[in-house]
Amino acid sequence: MHIAEGFLPPLHAAVWTAAAAPFVVHGVVMLTRQVKNDPESKLLLGASGAFCFALSALKIPSVTGSCSHPTGTGLGAILFKPPIMTVLATITLVFQALLLAHGGFTTLGANAFSMAIAGPWAGYMVYRLSRGAGLLPAVFLGAFVADLVTYCVTSLQLALAFPDPEGGFAGALAKFGGIFAVTQIPLAISEGLLTVLVVRLLRTSAAAELIRLGVTDKKKVAA
Amino acid sequence: MKRGTMINLLLVLAVAALAVIPLAIGAGDGKEEPFAGADAQAEPAILEHDPDYEPWFSPLYEPPSGEIESGLFALQAGIGMGVLGYCLGAVRTRRKLARAESGPDAG
Repeated sequence: MHIAEGFLPPLHAAVWTAAAAPFVVHGVVMLTRQVKNDPESKLLLGASGAFCFALSALKIPSVTGSCSHPTGTGLGAILFKPPIMTVLATITLVFQALLLAHGGFTTLGANAFSMAIAGPWAGYMVYRLSRGAGLLPAVFLGAFVADLVTYCVTSLQLALAFPDPEGGFAGALAKFGGIFAVTQIPLAISEGLLTVLVVRLLRTSAAAELIRLGVTDKKKVAA
Repeated sequence: MKRGTMINLLLVLAVAALAVIPLAIGAGDGKEEPFAGADAQAEPAILEHDPDYEPWFSPLYEPPSGEIESGLFALQAGIGMGVLGYCLGAVRTRRKLARAESGPDAG
């Protein structure tokens, strides 16, 4: 669930856009390089983008009695590193802002910062740190964190823009966190499980690609 | 059933259970609008903190009804899943062809 159109004050909207822009530009450069140097990875690039696109459209009920949707950004961040995922997730955000009145263009920078930048980077770092525990546990944790961090950042962005009249920034963070981040926990688990499912399928049918992308190595596949 | 297929099936079931449990335990009971979107809940919270805030920009295009909106969401999920399925099928076929080419002993 992204920040709705017009719901960030102009200054905040501008600052988040300026913060997100260099990441998106860098991502486009990396994506072009990836396609040029390794054209065979196009299928997995397509799969990563499509996974994010599909999961972002699924509004799922949560234990808080409200609905939210997963982000689908963990997969691409793990397979292609976060900058490339930044581009794929931004495309999804633009589609939703343009056709679905979900998110928006004035809040695109802030939403891209949470879902296309902070989520993928946090997920990728956790994936790398936990990689020693095995591929699938690391994939689960990476996808879980990418999903959850996205909505923690959304809560942070809203708390910065709209501090609580009494509780200030911390009070607002707790309130928006209760709306976005707590709702997201079961969904982040679902996203982790679905990402594990896709990586399991890729491990059997696209082992060569995974080795080339450095996600796994030969010995691990054979074992 | 092969063990791998079984695990994949269990993963799907777990995801389905996580979506169904909130409905089954009635997590939305007593809410004004049960299972509304989290973003819709954020808007009143924003106005509570800053009663004078007015959204300064409105969406360029807004689906005229809930039906059309859910249709567009379904389209988004459909395109995503279609492309994902195509890509997974294509890498699988590519691997099979590569194996067949390198002879039955290889791979």
